[in-house]
Amino acid sequence: MKKSFKKNKIKANKTGHQPERLKFSFFPGCSLKASGHENTLSLLKFCDRMNIELTELEDWNCCGSSSAHSIDHNIAKYLPMRNISLVPKGMPLLIACPSCLIRMKSMYSKIKNDDVLKQEYEEQWEQPFDEDLEIIHFFEIFNLIHVENYIDHARERLKKLKVAPYYGCMLSMPPDLRFEKNYSGVMEQTLERLGADIIPFGYSTQCCGTYLSVAKPQLAQKVVNQIVSGAMEAGAECMVTACAMCHLNLEIRCTVKNPIPTLHFSELLSMALGEEDQKKWFPRHIVDPVPLLKKRGLISS
Amino acid sequence: MIKLGHNQDELAKEIKARSGINFNACLHCRTCTNSCPFVEGMDYAPNAVIRLIQLGQEDAALKCSTIWICVGCNTCCSYCPMAIDIPAVMDGLRHKAIEKGVKIAEPDVLNFHTEVLNTVKKYGRTHKLEIMMRYKLKKMDLLSDMGLGLNMLKKRKLDLTPSKVKDKKAIEKIFQKK
Repeated sequence: MKKSFKKNKIKANKTGHQPERLKFSFFPGCSLKASGHENTLSLLKFCDRMNIELTELEDWNCCGSSSAHSIDHNIAKYLPMRNISLVPKGMPLLIACPSCLIRMKSMYSKIKNDDVLKQEYEEQWEQPFDEDLEIIHFFEIFNLIHVENYIDHARERLKKLKVAPYYGCMLSMPPDLRFEKNYSGVMEQTLERLGADIIPFGYSTQCCGTYLSVAKPQLAQKVVNQIVSGAMEAGAECMVTACAMCHLNLEIRCTVKNPIPTLHFSELLSMALGEEDQKKWFPRHIVDPVPLLKKRGLISS
Repeated sequence: MIKLGHNQDELAKEIKARSGINFNACLHCRTCTNSCPFVEGMDYAPNAVIRLIQLGQEDAALKCSTIWICVGCNTCCSYCPMAIDIPAVMDGLRHKAIEKGVKIAEPDVLNFHTEVLNTVKKYGRTHKLEIMMRYKLKKMDLLSDMGLGLNMLKKRKLDLTPSKVKDKKAIEKIFQKK
């Protein structure tokens, strides 16, 4: 492990001090906390290696997800509000779930731009509204760190594994957030620097169907099959996603014969860093990625 | 044939108040419809729903399946040349449909949302296993995804016990607000 920080140390010597430890308040959200537990585990592992400290937001609640804004305006308003009120002052909030991010960021920007709402917030939660709170997606840390600087032979790490990056709807923003940061290409750029062979495909940004996989399984199945077979036809050996909900749908609603596995972005990152915790993650996958990763010499047992 | 009533702009005004959308902005370029991944499950295409609002066809707009099939993935509105927040329009119509008590075109979707919010009300967080059990019970359909459910349990994709918020009162307060 010491060895892998070599490059960083060189940098540190030049500037005369160790690189600063980045600290974030961390909002996991329900999907990462439960069905996507392997996503959280590998994410925490990765951040730890990158000298990033994530402190789980104390007593966070559900962001409201699709259901709150669909059927109850008030609940959709107050659930994210409470979360915003819990963030320790001066600490940026890091969110790894694309859907939670939109719900929280939208609400934050609404309060910020609406004095009546701001007053309501301050009365309801008995604290001043934090005008400087930063709510960021996990992807934004790649603006601050360069993974390849933390390891030797970065470009050989993923051994040209043919990966199709799947973003789902996370690159689509509602109009009130359209001037915010766009995350196109983050997975491609990062994984390529770690030695993956990036396979672009046509369905990379098509929504996975989210809850339609419960209420309208046939509709969800059709889009999921389009996505998975699209990636397979493009020549990918596996897909990678940064959304736990997408991951679940791609696994449970796919009826394509011998589907390729889907990995969480955080799993691939941690693997590239040489973490050997995979035994905790992969048994939670419905489409087992272990045979592929063994065949490609990326994991030993 | 479309019959225009005397108050044909009432619906547009009301949905504008709920969503902030100016319906005169829509060019009917069909970018939303062409980019929607679920359009084939809808009875009216997304731009057609906007047309219904422009023409004041309240009944058709509130009873259409489109407003329930739309998952709010934001694909349409990120491509929309007029930056119309179409998912917010769908939200507005859904809320009005529930308030008015009209026949819901896709009761399964509403049932699902209700069960999700039930667990949030109880625990402050969603609990997938309970959502699924109650959803299937209400639908009287326990068998269709039984194998999948068992597999998900085996893979520990469904936690048996819910993750809970400690400050129960704060969550209660949120759900009492009307």
